[in-house]
Amino acid sequence: MSTVNLHAPEVQIREVRLGSITGFEGTAGELVKNSRLGCLKDSTRSFSQCMGCSSGNALCQLAMIKDAAVINHAPVGCSGDFFGYNFVYRVGQMERNLPAVNGRYFNTNIEEQDTIFGGVEKLEETIRGVYDRVHPNAIFVTTSCASGIVGDDVESVTERLSHELSIPVVACFCEGFKSKIWTTGFDSAYHSIVRKLVKPPKKKTNKVNIINFWGSHVFDELLGQLGYEPDYIVPFSTVAQLEHISEAAATIQICPTLGTYMGAALEQVYGVPEIKSPPAYGMIGTDNWMRELGKVLNRQEEVEEIIKSEHERVIPKLQEYREKLKGKTAYITAGAAHGHALIALLRELGLEVRGAAIFHHDPIYDNGDIQSDALAHDVNTYGDIKNYNVCNKQAYELVNILNKVRPDIMIARHGGMTLWGAKLGVPTLLIGDEQFGFGYQGVLNYAERILETLNNKEFVINLAKHSSMPYTKWWLEQNPFTFLGGDLSVEVY
Amino acid sequence: MSKYIEQPRYSCALGAQQSVVAIKRAVPILHSGPGCSGKISNLIGQGEGYAGGNTIPCTNASESEIVFGGEEKLKKVIEGAFKVIDADLYVVLTGCTSDIVGDDIGNVTSEYQHQNKPIVYAETGGFKSNNYVSHEVVVNAIIDQYVDKFNVDRTVTKGLVNVFATIPYQDPYWDGNLEEIKRVLEGIGLKANILFGYSSNGVEEWKTIPNAEFNIVISAWSGLKIAEHLKEKYGTRYLHFPYLPIGGNETSKFLRQVGDFGNLEKTLVETFIKNEEEKFYAYIERTADFMLEFRYGLPRSFYTILDASYALGFSKYLLNELGIIPAKQFIIDDTPEEFRQSIQEQFKNISEYRSAEVVFEVDGGAIQEEIRADERKNRSLILGSGWERDLANDLGADLLIVSAPVSYRLVLNCGYAGYNGGLRAIEDIYDRVLNTYR
Repeated sequence: MSTVNLHAPEVQIREVRLGSITGFEGTAGELVKNSRLGCLKDSTRSFSQCMGCSSGNALCQLAMIKDAAVINHAPVGCSGDFFGYNFVYRVGQMERNLPAVNGRYFNTNIEEQDTIFGGVEKLEETIRGVYDRVHPNAIFVTTSCASGIVGDDVESVTERLSHELSIPVVACFCEGFKSKIWTTGFDSAYHSIVRKLVKPPKKKTNKVNIINFWGSHVFDELLGQLGYEPDYIVPFSTVAQLEHISEAAATIQICPTLGTYMGAALEQVYGVPEIKSPPAYGMIGTDNWMRELGKVLNRQEEVEEIIKSEHERVIPKLQEYREKLKGKTAYITAGAAHGHALIALLRELGLEVRGAAIFHHDPIYDNGDIQSDALAHDVNTYGDIKNYNVCNKQAYELVNILNKVRPDIMIARHGGMTLWGAKLGVPTLLIGDEQFGFGYQGVLNYAERILETLNNKEFVINLAKHSSMPYTKWWLEQNPFTFLGGDLSVEVY
Repeated sequence: MSKYIEQPRYSCALGAQQSVVAIKRAVPILHSGPGCSGKISNLIGQGEGYAGGNTIPCTNASESEIVFGGEEKLKKVIEGAFKVIDADLYVVLTGCTSDIVGDDIGNVTSEYQHQNKPIVYAETGGFKSNNYVSHEVVVNAIIDQYVDKFNVDRTVTKGLVNVFATIPYQDPYWDGNLEEIKRVLEGIGLKANILFGYSSNGVEEWKTIPNAEFNIVISAWSGLKIAEHLKEKYGTRYLHFPYLPIGGNETSKFLRQVGDFGNLEKTLVETFIKNEEEKFYAYIERTADFMLEFRYGLPRSFYTILDASYALGFSKYLLNELGIIPAKQFIIDDTPEEFRQSIQEQFKNISEYRSAEVVFEVDGGAIQEEIRADERKNRSLILGSGWERDLANDLGADLLIVSAPVSYRLVLNCGYAGYNGGLRAIEDIYDRVLNTYR
């Protein structure tokens, strides 16, 4: 278990904290086994394509705190993701019937002379300027490769300006070069929130923290039935709301890749129990998750009743879908924990999962509890998955594999991957709302969308006919792991 | 000291990766941090294109390259790219990490250049400039390190011109604009190397850059350094047209200047102009009654929040051909000091009867505050970016998104340059205006 240290300005990166990796080929079972034996080794690629970086993922959680401003202490290009998150923020405003506003995001515009003389003065000027323009209740400062290498003392500046302006001015260290696992940026954002915003609890409330992105509010009904109230964090919360998340009765995370650090930090520092079962995807997964929720919230009987009635409602429909999906094959590409969730969903529906390209692997989460291992749950519940590849968005590997595997459907969780399925004529499905597949209803939701996608072949067949391929013929004939270091760098027992 | 920026509308030096993506079958190889490329594509890269977006090879600099240098890793990624990516030209671009640490990428790349591989490098560490500037750096690098190799006996091809017009992807309508510019230049008898996008002939076209009779820069300032460079290198003279020509007046003016500059046959130029104007003004005439009679409100003044080339082009067009009066004009491309005066002059003489006030400002938040504080007597049109949605809504103004980030529009081959672009602009503006009525 990693120990949460709120005195340190920076949270350790996942590679160090959790032993996480970004390169692996083998079976899911091997990966789980090696994770448990503690002999997981990372392997690197001698050829690679662009990935994501921590600063984007940090911004993703900070950008939608409704009364905070974000300053990216960086050259202007690092803020290329501002509008993307602003767009997401504004779509979320529509869904929540909130008035339309732009997120307040600023870039310090680091230039050549700042890399020589330092950019601290510029940062100070920006913080004051932002305060005057926006009057936010908190200001977050995200760092960049440039500010990090030059060695700007961002922590001192933010400390000083916090006192000067009497609002939290919080440093969030998320330099891109520090980690190959961009979800480390979530940890950076959460570290800065727990460290500087969250206050010690004064009382316990009947609220349950839901660590999520900006998905649909699927927990309202369930928690309401149990006499609890969901508090969806961090996007669309306020600074004041975040100050009190230490008072919640429990923490749920829709995806431990996202919330591992926050969940553990709230439990370790403030005793808010975290639901440690893998998130509720698939029938058995949902049963397990529901039962743990019942235990933690002391609502075991109520939960058993819900499970019973949901089974009665869902299982007959599920049988129908299984019939329709019989014999279909799928390939998955997604972030770690959500990828594991999708595997559970697909196998619940009876699809054959021919393989998966999953962006990274956390052998353990910050809570140190092996029951949180969603991949282990997949393997134990539904059997091993062959061609399980840990691959941080390396499209060239994906194309190579897809070209060989040729599944009936590809399920992708992140942008930039779907194209390759479609170019090869494989119907491809991307569902943006993480909560769409959650719980019992989620299995049915996915089933319907999969059927719809399988039936809609016209577009991909036509696209494949008219598409060009930037990958060489040579490459498509090679072993997909040609550039992955070593034969199999993870020891197999 | 430069100022902070709210609502950025352009990228850093590395943003020139999009200029490479815009060359047919060319691929950038980034020697940079892991997230750079994606952030650039996010802001100015609608659609992956051939080998952009997630296809772009990258060394994904990590802590060890910062401490020990990243040249070895770059070598491996270059070698991998040759094997895996099917491209005609590979352009190595550095990010902040490499440029601060001081990797010698020239040395790494030259090894492959000696093997006659089609590879070029440029230092584009994000802090060095924005992408308006680095676009020039990258184009010049391709000319010096690749194109020049094919310039064995420099012969001038009569009527061949190189066009340096918009910054691909930074101008969301670059492909459509270039297509139209090429069309009108060919209409007056030239053969145009348009260099980027669908209507170019890719790397083969680049190889003929030294053979051009003259060069044309259609831009307020970005692109001039390319033309200057070619003048020094090959003695090619160039014509500078300092904004995007939109609509009948300006496109004809542009073509006549080109005709004069290139000593083109007058009747050919005038015949083409006549035919194009006839068509263009037939449509304008058809719609003039609408513009005069529509009694429920049309925009009568406009703000631009655009780069200098677009701001000037649209201002001239909207005022002189559509009768919409310029309010304040905001130029967001961080125009270098040396070019500001001539741009101001252009706005000063925006028409025979009028001048327009121009403000150079990169901070979108500050611009929006200024516009909100401005006194308005009539319905306004804003030519800006996706950041202006609420501003337009709050002011009851109509918004045409021309600048990055475009997010609310899907762009294929739409363009605003030339005669066709002028008509398209009218359709798009009044489409938005009419769409406000229930």
